[in-house]
Amino acid sequence: MKEIHDFKVLERRQLGSRYFALVLEHGGRMQPVVPGQFVEVLVEGSREVMLRRPISVHDVDEERGTLTLLIQIVGNGTRKLAELQAGDKLNMVYPLGHGFTSDLRPQTSALLVGGGAGIAPLLHLSKVLKAKGVSCTILLGGRTAELIPVRSEFEPYGRLCIATDDGSLGHKGLVVEHPAFAESYDMIYTCGPTPMMKAVARSAAERGIRCEVSLENMMACGVGACLCCVTDTDEGHRCVCKDGPVFDIGTLRKWYEQ
Amino acid sequence: MLAVKIDNLQLKNPVMTASGTFGYGEEFADFVDLERLGGFIVKGTTGSHREGNPYPRMAETPSGMLNAVGLQNGGVEKFCKEVYHRIKHLDTNIIVNVSGSSIEEYCDVASQIDELEKIPAIELNISCPNVKKGGMGFGTNPEMAAQVVSEVRKVYHKTLIVKLTPNVTSVVDIAKAVEAAGADSVSLINTMLGMAIDVEKRRPYLSTITGGLSGPAVKPVAVRMVWQVAHAVQIPVIGLGGIASAADALEFLMAGAKAIQVGTANFIDPAVTMKIVDGLEDYCKRHGISDINEIIGII
Repeated sequence: MKEIHDFKVLERRQLGSRYFALVLEHGGRMQPVVPGQFVEVLVEGSREVMLRRPISVHDVDEERGTLTLLIQIVGNGTRKLAELQAGDKLNMVYPLGHGFTSDLRPQTSALLVGGGAGIAPLLHLSKVLKAKGVSCTILLGGRTAELIPVRSEFEPYGRLCIATDDGSLGHKGLVVEHPAFAESYDMIYTCGPTPMMKAVARSAAERGIRCEVSLENMMACGVGACLCCVTDTDEGHRCVCKDGPVFDIGTLRKWYEQ
Repeated sequence: MLAVKIDNLQLKNPVMTASGTFGYGEEFADFVDLERLGGFIVKGTTGSHREGNPYPRMAETPSGMLNAVGLQNGGVEKFCKEVYHRIKHLDTNIIVNVSGSSIEEYCDVASQIDELEKIPAIELNISCPNVKKGGMGFGTNPEMAAQVVSEVRKVYHKTLIVKLTPNVTSVVDIAKAVEAAGADSVSLINTMLGMAIDVEKRRPYLSTITGGLSGPAVKPVAVRMVWQVAHAVQIPVIGLGGIASAADALEFLMAGAKAIQVGTANFIDPAVTMKIVDGLEDYCKRHGISDINEIIGII
């Protein structure tokens, strides 16, 4: 069930100049969150920002009742959120959207490909997959090493591979050019810049590997009512907020072939 | 204390939700007790399925937002066969917003909705700014507005609400024309035609260039238009445009609206309608008002 709730900021971590993480405590009984689902946060005290901002869930600790958000500072909304400090409250509507399918059997293999802020939901996903006995390869990309935040957090959950455009860390080049990308997997998940996700989806389709992508569009309501955040699918316009953000590429041929 | 009447409709309270901002109600069921609403207006429904306009369809602007959804909906048949059966049990007024690009289409949709027992009213949308054909085209000219309303009046037998656009020189002239043509009520305002440009990319934010402005930014314009129309027509007026609190709702009621609709505010606080109902009750208690009708149209 979705709820509107005031979370308390337990911890705020700055990660380089462009990213920060917020650990948020529910204080009561938190609703279950599936990897790939998102929250809509209320940005208070800003003259420019009226609508909530959709942010994907980076990590969940059910026992402690905490959610972690990894936020990239891009505009007025996220710049205002960056001012939050431990002890502040943050009003969120959650959990929203259709998340990743993580019903893989033990001994299967999955590739998780993330770029930029799209790395965020893959941590929660890798944790859940690891707990199911799935062997994960986590492939993260960015222009430089500094733009791949929180990479060490992934280490306990699978084989970590890095690709940077400038070669400052890991393989020099795009994620799809990393040798690990060409290996065989039972499932590929991806979240990040649209050109990266399209390249991943095209390759997965060619190789006949099941693949899910997590899309991002500007949103208003977050619950499938206003129909502002639609994406083109093979079945027509679908809401990224409700039918997604995670889509199986089987319905996105039109999208990734563009 | 809060009950009001719009033609034959009994509303538990004056608080409804605006078409296109509340889906089919179901989307908000986790946040709102739908039966505590005076009613809700479901998404604009057309003769056949519509995909709407290409993305991007929305842009945030100071104290408001522009949208250019373009009436994406599954069509009237899908509504009657599927959606209606999921929501018809709700004990509130479910009103269907009826849209079209020709008089024939408006009449076709209205007559199909007329058959649905649990839908006591339609809101005729002659004011959508985001479709190329029809929509606002009908609502900006008194003769054309009257013509579509009188044709729909022939095939629709329950409460007929007509939704008006603010994008006109005289909203009063349109309101009077649709009243004379047989409307039972008018609702106003639909969104105001607007535009915003991304100067870095040197292009409009919306795929359609222009779109409809809603949110707190339009509220004073809406209150003014409701006040003008309420003084000019005999039929009940439903007010909307930027309502986000009980105080906002009270402004519209005092300006002459019998009921109000909450739109964009649902996106910011999905439970806002319940707070507005509570706030109206609280206001009446604080001011010793036993019947909210006492303050309707006092300005």
